[in-house]
Amino acid sequence: MGQLSGPTDPAVDAHWEQHESRKGFFTDTSICIGCKACEVACKEWNHNPGDGNLELLGSSYDNTGALGASTWRHVAFVEQGQERIKEARETGRALVSLGMPKFGPPSQPDLASADTTPPDTADFRWLMSSDVCKHCTHAGCLDVCPTGALFRTEFGTVVVQDDVCNGCGTCVAGCPFGVIERRSDGTAMVASERKEQHTDHPDIPNVGVAQKCTLCYDRLVDDETPACAKACPTTSIKFGDHDTMVETARERVAELHAQGLTEARLYGANELDGVGGTGSVFLLLDEPEVYGLPPDPRVPTADLPQMYRRAGMAVAGMVAAAAFAFLGGKA
Amino acid sequence: MANADCIVIQGSNMAECHPVGYQWVAEAKARGAKVIHVDPRFTRTSAVADKHIPIRAGSDVVLLGALINYVISHDLWFKEYVSAYTNAATLVHADYRDAEDLGGLFSGFDPETGAYDPSSWSYAEEGGDTIDEPGPGTEHGSDASDRAAGHQFGSGGPPLEHAKVQRDETLQDPRTVFQIVKRHYARYTPEMVQQMCGITTEDFEYMARAITENSGRDRTTCFAYAVGWTQHTLGTQFIRAAAILQLLLGNMGRPGGGIMALRGHASIQGSSDIPTLFNLLPGYLPMPSAGRHDTFREFVEAIGSKKQKGFWAEADAYAISLLKAWWGDAATKENDWAYDYLPRLNGPHGTYQTVMSMLEDKVEGYFVLGQNPAVGSSNGRMQRMGMSHLKWLVVRDLNLIESATWWKDGPEIESGELRTEDIETEVFFMPAATHVEKAGSFTQTQRLLQWRHQAVAPPGQCQSELQFFFLLGQKIREKLAGSTDERDRPLLDLTWDYPVDEHGDPEPEAVLAEINGRHLTGPDAGKPLSAYTELRADGSTSSGCWIYTGVYADGVNHAANRKPGQEQGPVAPEWGWAWPANRRVLYNRASADPAGKPWSERKKYVWWDQEKGQWVGDDVPDFPIDRAPGSRPDPELGGSAALAGDDPFIMQADGKGWLFAPKGLVDGPLPTHYEPQESPVSNALYPQQQNPGRMTYGRKDNLSAPSGGSPGADIYPYVFTTYRLTEHHTAGGMSRWLPYLSELQPEMFCEVSPELAAERGLEPFGWATIISARSAIEAKVLVTDRMTPLTVAGHTVHQIGLPYHWGVGTNAIVSGDAANDLLGVTLDPNVQIQESKAASCDIRPGRRPRGADLLALVAEYQARAGITPETGNARITDPGSGSTLED
Repeated sequence: MGQLSGPTDPAVDAHWEQHESRKGFFTDTSICIGCKACEVACKEWNHNPGDGNLELLGSSYDNTGALGASTWRHVAFVEQGQERIKEARETGRALVSLGMPKFGPPSQPDLASADTTPPDTADFRWLMSSDVCKHCTHAGCLDVCPTGALFRTEFGTVVVQDDVCNGCGTCVAGCPFGVIERRSDGTAMVASERKEQHTDHPDIPNVGVAQKCTLCYDRLVDDETPACAKACPTTSIKFGDHDTMVETARERVAELHAQGLTEARLYGANELDGVGGTGSVFLLLDEPEVYGLPPDPRVPTADLPQMYRRAGMAVAGMVAAAAFAFLGGKA
Repeated sequence: MANADCIVIQGSNMAECHPVGYQWVAEAKARGAKVIHVDPRFTRTSAVADKHIPIRAGSDVVLLGALINYVISHDLWFKEYVSAYTNAATLVHADYRDAEDLGGLFSGFDPETGAYDPSSWSYAEEGGDTIDEPGPGTEHGSDASDRAAGHQFGSGGPPLEHAKVQRDETLQDPRTVFQIVKRHYARYTPEMVQQMCGITTEDFEYMARAITENSGRDRTTCFAYAVGWTQHTLGTQFIRAAAILQLLLGNMGRPGGGIMALRGHASIQGSSDIPTLFNLLPGYLPMPSAGRHDTFREFVEAIGSKKQKGFWAEADAYAISLLKAWWGDAATKENDWAYDYLPRLNGPHGTYQTVMSMLEDKVEGYFVLGQNPAVGSSNGRMQRMGMSHLKWLVVRDLNLIESATWWKDGPEIESGELRTEDIETEVFFMPAATHVEKAGSFTQTQRLLQWRHQAVAPPGQCQSELQFFFLLGQKIREKLAGSTDERDRPLLDLTWDYPVDEHGDPEPEAVLAEINGRHLTGPDAGKPLSAYTELRADGSTSSGCWIYTGVYADGVNHAANRKPGQEQGPVAPEWGWAWPANRRVLYNRASADPAGKPWSERKKYVWWDQEKGQWVGDDVPDFPIDRAPGSRPDPELGGSAALAGDDPFIMQADGKGWLFAPKGLVDGPLPTHYEPQESPVSNALYPQQQNPGRMTYGRKDNLSAPSGGSPGADIYPYVFTTYRLTEHHTAGGMSRWLPYLSELQPEMFCEVSPELAAERGLEPFGWATIISARSAIEAKVLVTDRMTPLTVAGHTVHQIGLPYHWGVGTNAIVSGDAANDLLGVTLDPNVQIQESKAASCDIRPGRRPRGADLLALVAEYQARAGITPETGNARITDPGSGSTLED
C-alpha cells in the first residue's frame, strides 16, 4: 500500500512503472452558462441510463440533484441575493489575506493597491457549477475497496472495473464527497403508463455495481478529451495535465481578484488538504457548501495509521490491563 | 463577436438558446468586453453578463430610440462615418410628415385599407419630384403586407428608380435624414424609458455610456438579438432601431460591430436563403405577385433598377440563372426563361392565413415538415382545429409529434370540441432521417455554410428530405407523363435528374453543385461558376441560388472546408464557406475611413492598398476590388459601376446605410414606439396605442384582450412572454422524446416573482392556471427573484415567463400544456411574424379545469372583460378626438 495522505503523484504511488502525466479537470464556474451539455455528453458517451423521475426537483433549473451511479456530471444552480454576494466576497478576500497555501500564483498582485471595485451586477446572481468525481490524490473509494475493482490508472485517475466489482458498497461510505454509488435498476425512462411504447430501450447496464466518472478512461487511452470537456461550449470545463490545470486555475483566481471579484476561490487545489488535493479542481464563487461540496473533505483512510496506532495502544493497554489483572490477582 | 469591446444582448437569451455561439461572447468577455443583457427575465445569459437590465416586454423601441436620442443630443455620433457612409445628408421629399406631427401616424395613412401609401417618405428628386420604386411604382402598404414584402430584403435594401439623390453635406437642412431622425427621437428620453420600459435612469445611463464609450475609431460595440425582437407587431422596427443606432455609432461593416441575428435552428438562415417561405424564391428574389409582376420585365425591374447603385441592379442575371437551373433547356429567351412556369401570389398565403383557409375548407392537404404547429404555433387551438378540416395531412418527423396525434389525444378531444370518430382527415406519418443520418449543409447565423457528413444510414423506412421529395417528384411526373395540359408543363419540364446512392438517396453534393451554378455555353460549358459576378442575363449561366455561387467553385465542396482555427488567421476563411463570396463581415469597406485607411490599428480589417491599386485585408473585401476610395463615377452608369469610393453599402440602391428608410417598410420609415396588441399599459408617447399597420384577425377563435386603459383590461392584468430553455428544442419534437433531455427539464412551468406569487397566492412548485383571451393552461410555479416587478407609468407591471416546449399528447416522454395555446394571431405587417413575446393574461393557483369546464372558464373571463372580435383591433386609437375607427 502506498501513501495514505499528503502530497504525492498518485500514479507513482500506485507503482506504475511507466505512467502518463496526471490528468484532470479544471472547472471554472465563473464562465459556466448552465447548459448541461456536460451532463448529456457524459451520459451519451458512457451509455448511462436516464435516472430522473421526470418531475421538477424544486431547485431552480437543477432537476438532476446530485452526482450518482448514472449521473457523473451534475450542474448546480444557486440563486443569491446581495447579502450573500457580499459575504462571499468577504470570505474569499479573507482566504487570500490569510495566505492560504497555494491560493494565488507566486507573483500574486497586492490586492490592497489593486482596483477591486466590485463589478456591476451585485444585487443578484445565479451561480452555475458543473460537479464531477474529484479523482482524489488519496481516494477513499479506492483505498477501502476490498475486491480491487477500483484501481488507479496510469493517468492518476480512479476507475471502477465493472466486471470485478461485487457491489459490496464499501466504497460508497469511503468517498468523502458522496460521488460513488451503486446503480439500482433505476427509474424507468418513461412514465409507467407509457412503458409499452418504449420497450425498445436497452437494458440498464451494470445494475448493482459501483459506478462513477472514469474521466473517460476509454477516451484518454486514445488521446481524446473527456466527453464533458469536449462538449463544453464556453471552456468552463477544461481538461489537461493536472499541474497545468492547477496553474491555470490559480492564474484565473488572481485575474478575478484583480477585477474585484474576491469571492473567487479554488477548491481541491491544496495538496495539503484531507485528500491530498483533487484531480478535478474547481474555481468557485462562494463557499463550497453553497454548491453542495464538503468544506473540508477528508479521506477516511488518512486516519488509518493513527487508528492502527490507537488500536494498537488500546490492544497493548488491554493486554497490559489483563496481565495486570492476572498478576494483580496472583498478588 | 469575439472582437467586440461591448456586446448588448437584447431580445435574446443567447447563452441558453445559442450556447455554442455564446462561446464568442465568452471569448470577447475574456478579452475584456463588457456584456449587457436587456431582458424581461434574469436568465442564464444575465448570469454571465456584466449587467442585466430588466425591461417590460415589447417596449424596446423606447429604449433604443432613447439611446439614439442620447447619441445625437450628446454629440457622440461618429461624424466621419455617418456623413460619408449613411444617408444622413440625403434630402427627403417635402410632403413627408413625421409621427411626431400626426399623433403617432406618418403621412400617407389610408384609413380605408388601414395601411400606408409610402410615396411621401421618398427621397427628394431634383425638380421637386420623388425618387420612386422602379417598375410599376411604389407599392401600397396593404399589398406589400399581403406578400410580406420585407422578407426580400434579406440580402440588401429595397430598389430605387435611380440613385441621383439630393444631399446637404452640412446636415443642417431640416429635410435631411439626420434632422428628421433627430426630431423624431427628441421625446425618447431617459425619463420616458423609465416610464415605459421600467428601466431606471441609472441603468439607462450605464447602458448609454457603455455603448458610446465602446464605439468609434478604436472600439466597436455589437448587438445580438433573436426572436425576442422579431416576434412583435412591430418586430421589424425593433431591428431597424438597432440598425440606426449602430450606423450612428459607426459599428457596421467593422470587426466586433454589427447586429447579430441569432438563428434558432441549425439552418434557419439557410431556410430563408433557399426559402421555405410562401413569398420568396432563392437568393431573396420575390415570389411574383399577380398584377404587379405579370411579365418577366416587370418582375426584374421591380427587384432592382438598372439605374440604381449596387449589385441588385443585376437582378435579371440572378433570376434568369435561377430559371435556367430549374427548367434547363425549357427556359429560353423566347418564353422569357419560363417565367410563366412560376406561380403567382394573389394574396397573403402565410402559415396563419393558410390555417384560417383550412377552417373555411379551402385547403385540402397539408405537409408538416420539421415543425410541430399543434404545439409550436400561436393559437394552437386554431392550428389543430384547422387541421381537422383537412382531407389529408402528411407529417414527416423523427417522432409521433402532437401535430400527428391531435386527432386522438389533443386538447380538443379532452374538451369535447372534437371527437375522433368525426374527424375525416387522413393522417400519414412518414419517418424522417435525423441530421446524422443524412448529408447536407447547414447555414448558420453568420451565413456560414457547414457541410454535415452522414454518420450512419437511416434506420427502417426513415428517409432524408432530399430522397422524399425526389421520389415524390418522380411519382408525380410519372403520373403526369404524356399530359398535354399546359399547366403540367412546369412539373414535366423541371430538371429532376440527381444521381442517387445505393439506397436511392440523391447525392447532396449534386444539389449543392446545382445551387452553385454552372456555365451552360462556351468553352467552360458544364464547369462550376466561381462567383455570382459571373452570372449573366443571357441564359449562358445557371444558379439555384445566386448568393451561394462560389460554394462549389472549381468543383470543390467549400462548405466542407475544415481547417482548424488555430491553423489559420482570426477570420478563418478556410472553415466552411460564407455567402456571399466567402465574406465573413458584410459591408467591410466601412472598416476603413473614406480615404481607405483603417479607422485605427486596433480595428484594422479591410483597407485600400495604393500601390496595388486594390482593396486588401483579412477578409474578402466587400467592394469592387479596384474602385479607389475617392472615385466618383457618374450615377447614370447604374449598378456596381455607379458605386462611389465611399459607398460601402453595396446592396443598397444608393450605396449608403439607411438611417431613414424611404422604401421597404410598410409601417413607417422610422421606428416608432407602439404598444403590443395586448398591453396593460397606455402608449405615453402617442395617442396611437398599437402599430396602425399591424395585421389583425378579429375572429371568435382569435380574440384579443382589451389594452391600456380600456374597460376590461384589468381582467388580464399581467404580461406574459414565451421562450425556450437550453434543455429543449422548440416544440419538443427533438427533445421531449429523448430521456437525457427530458429528465433535465421534465415539466411545464411558469416563472413568477415572489411579489406576484404573494399577490395571487401561488405556492412554489405547486400548480397555477394561466388564462388569456384565447385559452387557459396549467403549469408548475417557479417563484424566483429572477423575475422583477417593474414600475411602469406609476403602476407595478408583473411579467410571467412561459417556456413553450411542452404539448398535450401521450407519445412523448414528457408532456404538458402548450404555452402557445395562450397566444393569438396578430402579425407584423412587414414579414407576417406573430406577436408571441408580449401578451396579457391572468394567473391563479391550482390546476386548470378539465373537459368542457375549461372552455367555460375561458368564456367567463371573456365575458367579464366584455371581449368581442373587434376588441383591440381598432386601427386608429385617438382618445383625444374620441373617434375610434374599427378595422
